[in-house]
Amino acid sequence: MNQKLKESVANAAKALGNSLPVLTGVILLIGLVNTLVPKSIYSTLFSNNFLLDPIIGSGLGSILTGNPVTSYVLGGELLLQGVSLIAVTAFIVSWVTVGIIQLPAEATLLGKKFAVARNIISFIFSIIVAITTVFTMGL
Amino acid sequence: MGEQSYSGVYFLLSVLALYTLIGIFRIESILPSLIFSLSIFKNVIPVLVLIFGIMTAMDYYVSPESISRHLGKSSGYKKWVFAIIGGIISTGPIYMWYPMLKELKKQGVGYGFIATFIYNRAIKLPLLPIMLLYFSVQYIVILTLVMIIASLIIGLIFEKIEDRL
Repeated sequence: MNQKLKESVANAAKALGNSLPVLTGVILLIGLVNTLVPKSIYSTLFSNNFLLDPIIGSGLGSILTGNPVTSYVLGGELLLQGVSLIAVTAFIVSWVTVGIIQLPAEATLLGKKFAVARNIISFIFSIIVAITTVFTMGL
Repeated sequence: MGEQSYSGVYFLLSVLALYTLIGIFRIESILPSLIFSLSIFKNVIPVLVLIFGIMTAMDYYVSPESISRHLGKSSGYKKWVFAIIGGIISTGPIYMWYPMLKELKKQGVGYGFIATFIYNRAIKLPLLPIMLLYFSVQYIVILTLVMIIASLIIGLIFEKIEDRL
């Protein structure tokens, strides 16, 4: 292995190694939230209010985390239970774009102000994206 | 170990303290939480190896000047194309990509690029067939396009407020 490659491997290992404590913390936190918050309570949070439900959907998606597939399944179930498409879309979008649980990791590695601003902006945009998508479908 | 690394350790210790606290009141929650976390660890190991490979290759083949030229603040439309495609094709949980994005930031990449990259992580092409089980094709196409446009707007917002962050 040449010297430059050794240095590159060492640099990458150092950068990832420094991030490991915070990544481990996030994964442990996800495990805790997954166990403590039963999925059955999700649908009870919606009130069939056209204005409030997208905000509730975004809020719920921001707090919860996991594979996007889980959000599709939960979103599909919420739709079947009569929750509006706008609220379900806001839920699916915020599930991936907003991350309250990952916020400490994002703040530590990418900067506190950036992490907070990005999550707030993404939260607002999850509602805008939901309204735009559903409105465009109706055209 | 830098200040940022210490804050990561403090965060991990805080989570462990939270586990201890919850364990005192609800001991039955701890084992399922740890098992679920372990399943995530198993899933992210290949992603971690992939990111390690990409970071090593970038360090070896790509100079900071080149990154700055192609992805930096003054690189024009090219960086948005890279951010969108990079965000869409990247796999695994987003937090696994933070170390790489941090390295890019050090090399002159702006927050606009990073915000657009992260937003496009929401678009997962391999998962679209699963989404089709629950939603219509029309819905998926429109949502995907709206999200790409939203990611660009968010990127531009961060370019404007970069100096204040």
